[in-house]
Amino acid sequence: MIGIEHYVVVSSILFVLGVLGIFLNRKNVIVILMAIELILLAVNINLVAFSAFLHDLTGQIFAMFVLTVAAGEAAIGLAILVQYFRGRGTIAVDDVNRMKG
Amino acid sequence: MIQTIAFYLFAFLVIVSGVFTIASRNPVHSVLWLILAFFNGAGLMVLVGAEFIAMLLVIVYVGAVAVLFLFVVMMLDIDFAELRAGFMKNFPLGIAIALVLFAELFLGVGAYQVGGLALGTPDGTAATAPGVSNIAAIGALLYGRYLFLFETAGIILLVAMIGAIVLTHRERKDTKPQNVAKQNARRPQDATVNMRPEVGKGVEL
Repeated sequence: MIGIEHYVVVSSILFVLGVLGIFLNRKNVIVILMAIELILLAVNINLVAFSAFLHDLTGQIFAMFVLTVAAGEAAIGLAILVQYFRGRGTIAVDDVNRMKG
Repeated sequence: MIQTIAFYLFAFLVIVSGVFTIASRNPVHSVLWLILAFFNGAGLMVLVGAEFIAMLLVIVYVGAVAVLFLFVVMMLDIDFAELRAGFMKNFPLGIAIALVLFAELFLGVGAYQVGGLALGTPDGTAATAPGVSNIAAIGALLYGRYLFLFETAGIILLVAMIGAIVLTHRERKDTKPQNVAKQNARRPQDATVNMRPEVGKGVEL
């Protein structure tokens, strides 16, 4: 039987891959958003695995809310991206300095 | 046995597709690998008996989010080669940080396995009753104890939808759209006129 550790290790690897994706594709904001989706998938796998192994459904409910927030985040992020591309003609994020923050 | 094989298959594929998602040259391929990662993540969730979340993951992520990504990647005319310029430069630092992070996470699993960590024990109020399916149990919990959070999730989605529309909406100057207010304000007596012109003479409007 597969134990909880296996699930935790898989989701750790996936989480680290997401973080690595943000580092490697520092300019390409689309791939950064996809890496964030990978991180959220890792979190969801973790939540569902713990929920199943501890016999407590709260983790699955929480995974649903994570899913909701991830969908909203993707929609808003891509809308900002489209708007930025219209104004600048590029999506390179390492020279986003319009607001001089 | 078959469960173990299925677990290792899904786990291997989810990691491989994660690697290709962040390392693909072409963002369209990245999106397709991301879809594969979501399918295999859903498979992992089915294996522990969380069918509802697994199907939700397929519907929401593959059906909505990934297609949204695909649309955006294909609509914007971007020089992706230029965006990959820093890939090799960032590689050593990224790998180093990723390894450190993974070592830390793995240390947590090791600490649990030698008994240094105790998982919390649930109070049993949210456990699936015997004979109740996963979906029925989630529904009872979601529309009962977590009703307020469920409504809040709906508000979040509404705000996200309105935000996305407001952000991407633009007034186009080169088209002639309807002005609904002007149309509704127009009255018959202003729009039509009754005349009795003499024979042979035109009408001046």
